[in-house]
Amino acid sequence: MTPQDLSHAVSGLRPRLLRFAQLQLREASAAEDAVQEALLAATMHAGQFQGASAAATWMFAILKNKIIDEFRRRSRQPQADVDVEQAQAFEEALEEQFDERGHWVSHPAAWADPQASLEQKRFWEVFEVCISGLPEKPARVFGMRELLGMETEEICKELKLSTSNCWVLLHRARLGLRDCLSRRWFGET
Amino acid sequence: MLSCREETELMSQGFERPLTLGERLGLRMHLLFCKGCRATLRHFKFLRTATRAWRDQHHDF
Repeated sequence: MTPQDLSHAVSGLRPRLLRFAQLQLREASAAEDAVQEALLAATMHAGQFQGASAAATWMFAILKNKIIDEFRRRSRQPQADVDVEQAQAFEEALEEQFDERGHWVSHPAAWADPQASLEQKRFWEVFEVCISGLPEKPARVFGMRELLGMETEEICKELKLSTSNCWVLLHRARLGLRDCLSRRWFGET
Repeated sequence: MLSCREETELMSQGFERPLTLGERLGLRMHLLFCKGCRATLRHFKFLRTATRAWRDQHHDF
């Protein structure tokens, strides 16, 4: 492919790449940078691609790496006070779901036809709101696990966390998302 | 017998590693009697389905 063919092929891809990066990196500018770098890297290698889909796959892999780089960088930085506070409030809210013996205060109820939700545009908006509402640490580990499709071991290595710490963060993320979707979408009270 | 809180930790870990026989048996027993944990396990499974679906929508080129 020539660089012109490539830039034509990927122009339609940009919004999706951006959304993908945005949900994980949270800051629009960081997402913008990561996508820009991935596009630039792809342009420089345009000659190697046989077609648009090969270029897209490659670009996506680059974007993933950019996101992981950014996560690694952030994990080394001290957390801002507001993030620490948010994480504490989140933790307390999760704990309030259980009594002192660790049993449910009120039992989570079954969701009505969750599969059908996947077809609804509004569901995905709520889904993104819930993911964005998680504190940074559990969101990061959850994103790497479920959105980037990494194995727990790789995640722990990248973020220099112990395996059990990774498991704890994933558990917190899942409980938090479960609770958020219950309240905001499935109408559990 | 583990508490609901602890069982939800195991359920979550079940997505990350194979649970031991003892853990699986304990969890199965717990689920027999606990409606809240049965719902939670289904919710966790749905979270994985939904997240994968989201991912595919955004890079199904």
